[in-house]
Amino acid sequence: MDILRIATAGSVDDGKSTLIGRLLYETRSVTQDKLDAIDAASKRRGADVLDLSLLTDGLIAEREQGITIDVAHVFFQTATRKYIIADTPGHFEYTRNMVTGASTAAASIILIDARNGLVEQTHRHFFIASLLRIPTVIVCVNKMDLVDYSQARFDAIVAEFKALAAQVQIAGQAITFIPASSLHGENITRGSAHMPWYAGPTLLVALEKIDAVPQRHLAARLQVQSVIRPRIHNRPDLHDYRALAGRISSGVFSVGDAVIVLPNQRNSRITAIEHFGQRVERAQAGQSVSLHLADDIDISRGALVAPADQPPALRKEFVARVCWLDHQALSAGRTLQLQHGVHRTRAKVQALHSVIDVVTLNSSDNPPQINLNEIGDVSLKLAQPIYADAYEANPANGAFILIDELTNVTAGVGFIAAAG
Amino acid sequence: MPELATRTQPDAVVNTPAWQATFPDELADEAIYILRETAAQFERPAILFSGGKDSIVVTRLAVKAFAPARVPFPLLHIDTGHNFAETIAFRDHLVKSLDLKLIVRYVQDSIDAGRVREESGKYASRNILQTTTLLDAIEELKLDACIGGARRDEEKARAKERLFSVRNEFGQWDASRQRPELFDMLNGRISPGEHVRIFPISNWTELDVWNFIRQQRIDLPSIYFAHERAVFKRDGLLWADSPFIHKTPDEQPYRARVRFRTVGDMTCTAAVLSDAVTLDTVIDEIRRAEISERGARIDDKRSESAMESRKRDGYF
Repeated sequence: MDILRIATAGSVDDGKSTLIGRLLYETRSVTQDKLDAIDAASKRRGADVLDLSLLTDGLIAEREQGITIDVAHVFFQTATRKYIIADTPGHFEYTRNMVTGASTAAASIILIDARNGLVEQTHRHFFIASLLRIPTVIVCVNKMDLVDYSQARFDAIVAEFKALAAQVQIAGQAITFIPASSLHGENITRGSAHMPWYAGPTLLVALEKIDAVPQRHLAARLQVQSVIRPRIHNRPDLHDYRALAGRISSGVFSVGDAVIVLPNQRNSRITAIEHFGQRVERAQAGQSVSLHLADDIDISRGALVAPADQPPALRKEFVARVCWLDHQALSAGRTLQLQHGVHRTRAKVQALHSVIDVVTLNSSDNPPQINLNEIGDVSLKLAQPIYADAYEANPANGAFILIDELTNVTAGVGFIAAAG
Repeated sequence: MPELATRTQPDAVVNTPAWQATFPDELADEAIYILRETAAQFERPAILFSGGKDSIVVTRLAVKAFAPARVPFPLLHIDTGHNFAETIAFRDHLVKSLDLKLIVRYVQDSIDAGRVREESGKYASRNILQTTTLLDAIEELKLDACIGGARRDEEKARAKERLFSVRNEFGQWDASRQRPELFDMLNGRISPGEHVRIFPISNWTELDVWNFIRQQRIDLPSIYFAHERAVFKRDGLLWADSPFIHKTPDEQPYRARVRFRTVGDMTCTAAVLSDAVTLDTVIDEIRRAEISERGARIDDKRSESAMESRKRDGYF
């Protein structure tokens, strides 16, 4: 069984919580006592139908405001797949949550209210899905019941969305459009008798077909989290045991592969791979393994193992696109901790080149600062180099976070530019 | 229940029989990655060990993460004194067989020291008192990271919890000021006095936990399986009879065949009627269960937002 991570995004009142509630309900991922609880809550609020949105609207503050305020993780399961939904709010001020929720997603569901068509948030969501290079975007045109299941209305929204997509869509990104009613459960897990003109898949069928681990097709990368060296005095058999513990971030490693260890610049060969304590011949992206190499190289945490013929580039000064997540704005000259995978080094912001309006796509040059929820291009200089790919070539090895050295908060996320 | 707008059964989804369901291995990969980051980023982490299946699974994952080296952190058990005897026996056996280090701190000591006051009345429990004992232990042992077995599917407030969740000097959780977690990069930098709660199995469901236990043939305390014991009924739930619970005269204990879905202490864990004596039959029961796991936790019933309030105060 594999895991598909999905990001959901939508504006206030476009029915996102109801859509997720519907997926949970119809895949029977909700127990009876939870259904009873939301039934009682629905009645207290005077609703005459089961309000499925109550399954995910969680915190006290949310109940007071009637909105979702943070990233929530929701699960459901089918016969072949476990789904993890990062449910992110759609408000302007919460772009940071949207980026956070979408960062691990293999697919993004963008909701559009059929009555309203594209709104400002739709532009923002799609821009972020493209910025993060999410391979599959599903545009769910919801509340079709409120526009008389009109094909003309659906077609108009699709055309408008395609025009928007043409400006920012990344190569190879698949976009699927689905007309749906989450309130009535139409085209979510079941088809709809009201929309015979739609021949495409239901939302669940579309999700079931998505490649859950697209990064396994990229060049292999593993960052060393630690070196396992047992020091158990009554186990002389383990005296020479030495393995590199880490999670493969992309590609596949096999026993016998010629590899290079960076920053050591030392070539070696994989002699064994352990996964969950078992010897395996090969391991792929997502797996936490222990690698054994033929040569005794002085390796420490943060070192990177890559195929000898496909190493990532050494980068000390580069341009990156940054999404700023902190209340204290980013300004040129500032120093921060840069974390690339598990490896940290100090970074200085050399220059702010531009800030991009994610709705109009207009870019302003040389901004004085980049504020919370803004996205811009910056130049960084590092205290020690990192071995990183451009984000577009290998997302898992091309992204980093920026940490405020005083408050320790995660203040920004960056994507290394191709020409960096 | 009101009639739903549309209430037909889905046809695109096939419900897998329990014996066919498999464990998504990636969940264990993720947990091992988180545990390895914990060892690397912190000086004094500990596993918060309750004797329940979730903390047993976290402990087993830690063994896998560092094997053949030793688990580089101890288990910390906050003992309410109201334990199931089976849980303590199991704990001691586990620690011995896996060559782990165990630290125990007692709620009774907090009561004796006047740090907390015992609750009174029918619903008296030491569940809330544990928080003080835990926070005192964190301070005493200078722990900078506490690894817990909490899962996002247990409760709505948990669904918003981070993998690395920073707590202030008072151990408090602030849902509106959580650090964003991007990709799988974990930021464990903290200031003196703060600590981080770490949840390696955040993305697991109850069924995932059971399927992993079956896949790995992990031993559990016997109370997870059907057995006969004295129980009584209260508020529609079955409570284990014990000297720690103040029964009213009409709450007459009787023998029944039950098992426990979660294991807290005896005052806050309800039993379910069951004949399931093997993992397969337990898993099968869970697949069909009408009541979610935390529904059998009396501590959550106090109010609709019980868990969120307790988390803000520094609870597990």
